[in-house]
Amino acid sequence: MPEQPEQPVRDALTETLADQVAEKLADVHGPYFGQFGGRYVPEALIAALDELEAEFRKAQGDPGFAAELSRLHRDYTGRPSPLTEVPRFAAHIAGPGDDGAAPVRVFLKREDLNHTGSHKINNVLGQALLVKRMGKTRVIAETGAGQHGVATATAAALLGLECVVYMGEEDTRRQALNVARMELLGATVVPVTVGTRTLKDAINEALRDWVTNVDHTHYLLGTVTGPHPFPEMVREFHRIIGEEAREQMLERVGRLPDVVAACVGGGSNALGLFNAFLDDDGVALYGFEAGGEGIESGRHAARFSGGAPGVLHGARSYLLQDDDGQTRPSHSVSAGLDYPSVGPAHSWLHDIGRAAYEPVTDAEAMEAFQLLCRTEGIIPAIESAHALAGVLRVGRRIVEDGGSDQVLLVNLSGRGDKDVATAARWFGLLDGDATEGDQ
Amino acid sequence: MSTATTSRTAARLDELAGTGRAALVGYLPVGFPDVARSVEAVTTMVDAGVDVVEIGVPYTDPVMDGPVIQRAAEAALAAGARVRDVLTVVEAVAEHSGGTVPALVMSYYNPVLRYGVEAFARDLAAAGGAGMITPDLIPDEAAEWSAAADELGLDKVYLVAPSSTAERLHLTARASRGFVYAASTMGVTGTRESVGLAAEELVTATRSAGADHVCVGLGVSTGEQAAEVGRYADGVIVGSALVRTLLSDDPWTDRLDALGRVTGELAAGVARARTTGGDS
Repeated sequence: MPEQPEQPVRDALTETLADQVAEKLADVHGPYFGQFGGRYVPEALIAALDELEAEFRKAQGDPGFAAELSRLHRDYTGRPSPLTEVPRFAAHIAGPGDDGAAPVRVFLKREDLNHTGSHKINNVLGQALLVKRMGKTRVIAETGAGQHGVATATAAALLGLECVVYMGEEDTRRQALNVARMELLGATVVPVTVGTRTLKDAINEALRDWVTNVDHTHYLLGTVTGPHPFPEMVREFHRIIGEEAREQMLERVGRLPDVVAACVGGGSNALGLFNAFLDDDGVALYGFEAGGEGIESGRHAARFSGGAPGVLHGARSYLLQDDDGQTRPSHSVSAGLDYPSVGPAHSWLHDIGRAAYEPVTDAEAMEAFQLLCRTEGIIPAIESAHALAGVLRVGRRIVEDGGSDQVLLVNLSGRGDKDVATAARWFGLLDGDATEGDQ
Repeated sequence: MSTATTSRTAARLDELAGTGRAALVGYLPVGFPDVARSVEAVTTMVDAGVDVVEIGVPYTDPVMDGPVIQRAAEAALAAGARVRDVLTVVEAVAEHSGGTVPALVMSYYNPVLRYGVEAFARDLAAAGGAGMITPDLIPDEAAEWSAAADELGLDKVYLVAPSSTAERLHLTARASRGFVYAASTMGVTGTRESVGLAAEELVTATRSAGADHVCVGLGVSTGEQAAEVGRYADGVIVGSALVRTLLSDDPWTDRLDALGRVTGELAAGVARARTTGGDS
């Protein structure tokens, strides 16, 4: 690896990176990211986490594993995913200047074109190969929007594993088509009827299953949260997003982007993209979390604007919680961002100031959703629409401040097929549309 | 390991061992159905023969708990239970028993973290509490709690499981004070048909790893099971079977009667464990 020049951001980090001084930001290892991360789980799971980490480290050093994963990426997922410039969308940030040149160019990293329709497949295939190596026969997963559940059911079918997906009852109704999709793929979907009946409670149930069946079961966690080694391991399986995008940008534009943006639920698509740019000082990183009905409404999933550090589901990270440390329910039009905590690496990047996190409301996201549909003929996942709305905002801010010749890169983490019913209701496109009975 | 003598819980376990039996450790959550009645329930349990009390802090995301305790915790939170209420119950136990029944708090980590780990330890000690059981805090992550507990002489009760390696058993035995909590099976709290062989093996292995006292929890619900576990463990921990008596729609006094009855059966089981060969 090339030596990195001394960077100001690194100087500020000397203390938090005490054990990691030799590394680039992109290579920081778990269990801790600054003061975040760790393994706040029942002792019963520690042996399985140790086994998983050992298998993962072994796989990292095994060219055979890398070759198998690459083959699946290419022949099964369809990687590399394309990079698409979206000039008609970008024109809504600012029209051409006096010289006729657009001041802002926007590029989308097309994870929506992956098999199963989102970035989730990258992580799922990596972990499923590890499951085979560990000799386990059953995988369990949590899912909110259903994207991770569908991806897990897909990999389980491909590799001949038994698959059980936990999904909040509320979400099984919001995403009924994805439930059918998982069942078509041979998975069992278990609706979770306790707590708030959403993603957080699905994770609780998955953890309870795992504690009980850990000898033959792997918990195929879908994002960069949870106990070590999940945050680091899932980042590693998604780093291909950023590595491809970086290369594609250099090839297409001849330089790195000025802004890199993604939506942040648990944060896997964002971390996968950010990772390749963490050590490039000139690249500004933006994560957009669900602002729901607005921060002041209390109905949102904006952990950085409305949360505080705490422990949930095995990791210390920013968390929506009350004065007693009880988890506060999150809210978002997008099930995939509707989670009260966030990956510990994001909390670390937030605290050291390497990435900026801003909330995007339901309304802003849906406006950007429609704009991309109409200007570019691409229907994005509502999760990804948060990143699109964020980049419209950041782009306009830059132009107002006199910026020009700017290149903005956005992760289009998923496609919107699953969201057509939600969007149709939002825009009042359904006959006899009622606002009730649709949740 | 050498600190066991400073633990009130350990002293109580030794005292009971001297009389030829294991301790009955009873769990109830604070605030179910409300704080005042949870105090009544805990004192009922003490009067009916529980030797050590475990008071649970209701939490929104109890991943180590099965449906019974989840239901009670959810109801307690809905009724407005606060973390500080656990101190009220601790105080009540100390007062009611004249300090003879050690009261341990069982809490997931985030409520304590939010309260402030040092502040919680200080207030727990001031309320007369013996220490804390931490289902989702392993010694590796517990530097802050451990320092505060050591300062105040509070028990630090960590869990071991059938999946724990010898190395982890050593680590946990070394880090614990009071006793080590051995989870009888892989799973969450709740009643089970039988307490498997794995439990006795785990107790033996945990003692070999250096633990002075090992209590067994998860799945014990009948006097018979208590007798079986009481044969080899320093304490028998019961939760769901007790909580279940309070979850019915019967009048409150009937529920307290049921709680007293079940506690009595468990206490009798523990009492006869080492006199009849264990299986009654």
